[in-house]
Amino acid sequence: MNAPLPRAAADAPVSAGVDRPLPASPPAAVDAAARRQRQSEVVAALSKLLPRSALLWQDEDTTPYECDGLTAYRERPLVVALPETDEQVAAVLRACRRLAVPVVARGAGTGLSGGAMPHAMGVTLSLARFNRILAVDRRARIARVQCGVRNLAISEAASPHGLYYAPDPSSQIACTIGGNVAENSGGVHCLKYGLTLHNVLRVRGYTIDGDAVEFGSEALDAPGLDLLALVVGSEGMLAVVTEVTVKLVPKPQLARCIMASFASVQAAGEAVAQVIAEGIIPAGLEMMDRPMTAAVEDFVRAGYDLKAAAILLCESDGTPEEVDEEIRRMTEVLSGCGATRLEVSRDEAQRLRFWSGRKNAFPASGRISPDYMCMDSTIPRKRLADILTAIADMESRYELRCVNVFHAGDGNLHPLILFDANQPGELARAEAFGAEILETSVRLGGTVTGEHGVGIEKLASMCVQFSPEEREQMLALKQAFDPAGLLNPGKVIPTLHRCAEYGRMHVKKGLLPFAELPRF
Amino acid sequence: MSKALNSLVDRVRAAREAHTPLAIRGAGTKSFYGEAIRGATLDTRELSGISSYEPSELVLTARAGTPLADVEAALAERGQCLPFEPPRYPDPERPGQRGGTIGGVVAAGLAGPARAAVGNVRDFVLGATLLNGRAEVLSFGGQVMKNVAGYDVSRALAGSLGVLGLICEVSLKVLPVLPATATLRFDCGEAEAIERLQGWGGQPLPVHASAWWQGALVVRLSGAVAAVNSAASKMGGEVIDPYLAQRFWNGMRDQTDEFFAEARRSLADGAALWRIGLPAGAAPLPLSGEQLIEWGGAQRWWVTREPAERVRSLAARSGGHATLFRARDKAAVLGVGVSVFTPLAAPLARIHRELKQAFDPDGLFNPGRLYPEL
Repeated sequence: MNAPLPRAAADAPVSAGVDRPLPASPPAAVDAAARRQRQSEVVAALSKLLPRSALLWQDEDTTPYECDGLTAYRERPLVVALPETDEQVAAVLRACRRLAVPVVARGAGTGLSGGAMPHAMGVTLSLARFNRILAVDRRARIARVQCGVRNLAISEAASPHGLYYAPDPSSQIACTIGGNVAENSGGVHCLKYGLTLHNVLRVRGYTIDGDAVEFGSEALDAPGLDLLALVVGSEGMLAVVTEVTVKLVPKPQLARCIMASFASVQAAGEAVAQVIAEGIIPAGLEMMDRPMTAAVEDFVRAGYDLKAAAILLCESDGTPEEVDEEIRRMTEVLSGCGATRLEVSRDEAQRLRFWSGRKNAFPASGRISPDYMCMDSTIPRKRLADILTAIADMESRYELRCVNVFHAGDGNLHPLILFDANQPGELARAEAFGAEILETSVRLGGTVTGEHGVGIEKLASMCVQFSPEEREQMLALKQAFDPAGLLNPGKVIPTLHRCAEYGRMHVKKGLLPFAELPRF
Repeated sequence: MSKALNSLVDRVRAAREAHTPLAIRGAGTKSFYGEAIRGATLDTRELSGISSYEPSELVLTARAGTPLADVEAALAERGQCLPFEPPRYPDPERPGQRGGTIGGVVAAGLAGPARAAVGNVRDFVLGATLLNGRAEVLSFGGQVMKNVAGYDVSRALAGSLGVLGLICEVSLKVLPVLPATATLRFDCGEAEAIERLQGWGGQPLPVHASAWWQGALVVRLSGAVAAVNSAASKMGGEVIDPYLAQRFWNGMRDQTDEFFAEARRSLADGAALWRIGLPAGAAPLPLSGEQLIEWGGAQRWWVTREPAERVRSLAARSGGHATLFRARDKAAVLGVGVSVFTPLAAPLARIHRELKQAFDPDGLFNPGRLYPEL
């Protein structure tokens, strides 16, 4: 089936706006008096379960919780609960289940897709106080931590044993492991070390009924269906996680990075494919296009090649022998693919300087534009040149600039669309631009979200990626865990009604198996 | 191709109307695994062939009935592999052939010697197409490395034993064959073997597989040439001839090694083969019989005559679980109403029942194969 052409900006979905936020649900304006009455009911019920200091409901107290890292979408929660113990979490969930109150679990609130955006008639369950590292077992190479522990804090605690926790989302200094589990977070090293799912052995938590559950095991597998694979990445829709057991890996003795310049993004994309075709799995493989390089160079002065159409960062880690061997092999491949400039980091300071631009891509974009929208999609690596060409075409059609950073090793794109929310129409154009990037990614055989999650931001795009039957199956799956639909309702899986409103046809993946079957 | 799928869809529709359960079957190499098979056979082998394979994308997509041997041959031609080394059991219909189908590999979720180092079948599943109990063909996941759109249904199909539906097609992440490998042998007892494995695991050494049986610990190193060489000299032990080592690891992977051959003889005699999953560092289990330890200590095979109850309780006490893998008469070993897989805690059992209902409301697919009540 042919995908419909994306609509022009004028009739693009106005699903959100800085000035006109649209809550996940209920979309209708909530009657203020009804809300107040509901609030006092819920406060009365939860006051019996939590100390006074663990319950917030006054506007000035709940306002800090009204959004996560996706600030365009805001909603004030009915109540914020800050439990400190497992018993309190279970009790709060039981009460919410009894009162049929939605529950939105929240870690550090760094998510980029609105997964932790509150529900106007719901409880935001902040797990910030679950911040203890319970055990670091050097022998078994595992750490058992509460869900509110920061990603980086795990590696810091493991460091004296020569170990670390591998997934490193760029927000790792602030984001919590519970949030990482909810989003199945990646990072720049996941081609070699995997995603959160690959590095978590077990999670413990509670169902909406307040029943204690354990998914996975400290053994390498657990009996029954692999529910851990469903819970990781489920964006708080299936259960509330309070404890996570992660794998730790030995810290590599050495890491070195190659910075390579290319005269075209096609040549750089070809080099990425060639590195992998040679049997090399680099620890990190990142690309920046020229506009991005210019923006970050202006910010960090790392000595990037401003003439290059694209820059690749290829990292190798391991023992000194392994790194030498891999750097030599990668250098050969990159030269063979026409790199116009090659530099290998001589020491740690230089390696960090190579990375400084990539790590500062977002703030650097903030310096060159009043607003930017960070997109997140994945495509098969071989379609890199296609998507970049398509994005360049969109730049002229939407009259907005877009700079590109790219986890080239695993095909994960982060185009940053630059706009000015104070200019009438720019936000709507930026959103339409973003939606078209996502739809193009699906058409090229990719997905609408590589690592930031669906949350509230990409509900409409889910209509494009999945058929009605697929979405219904996912809704049924949610119901198996959460029969009353109280955990983070209105996120991740759009209803049929919502997709009908969005009006986009379901674009099937580029290589559709069984394309001839009737799908509607 | 489309005809094959259409006819399967028709079969499921008809089964639904007639309320007839279906037993999904590829080559039937793993029919011994899990609970007893019930239902009319639904053969997946018409759904055959590699639909796409691009070595530079590290992704291979194949229809469920594609022989594992074909998949592995296509990968080997390009210097790549399925890193989780699924076991290859003999084909009951074709003497001398081994390995079953790729759909069966995913549905069974069994992995070989490299599992502790590289991950499980599930860790390499990127996407799948599923024929559910409403005769709908659904796709989840995709062909890319990073994908968090919706629930990760495709990964949960690994090890599901077909109870959620028929896997029509799977996309798997594949990896280059590692450039160098070496196998070392150490003489040591069980406790010392577990201790050594734990010690090596905490260091940046390319330990890729391990096996301990009857006082001999065998360790495979795989990785960059320099890394394997330096690790081999650091760790010591006796270097095993590469040809013999290859044969040994194939025997481990396919469960044809001497331990398993002897196990089969004992089974005829009423003993049982248990697969016990434990935290790798768990202390030796006080069971009687023969034991093979793999996965750095996390997988312990036991051939024993001890009662199922004792095997299960010892496994549970160490934080693990025990599966009755093979027995001449599983029911006789287990006793009435006891399942082949470790029973689930009540909330998990409820979620399992609800999930079954969500995917297969009429209970058509592989009834009872994973747990009697599913």
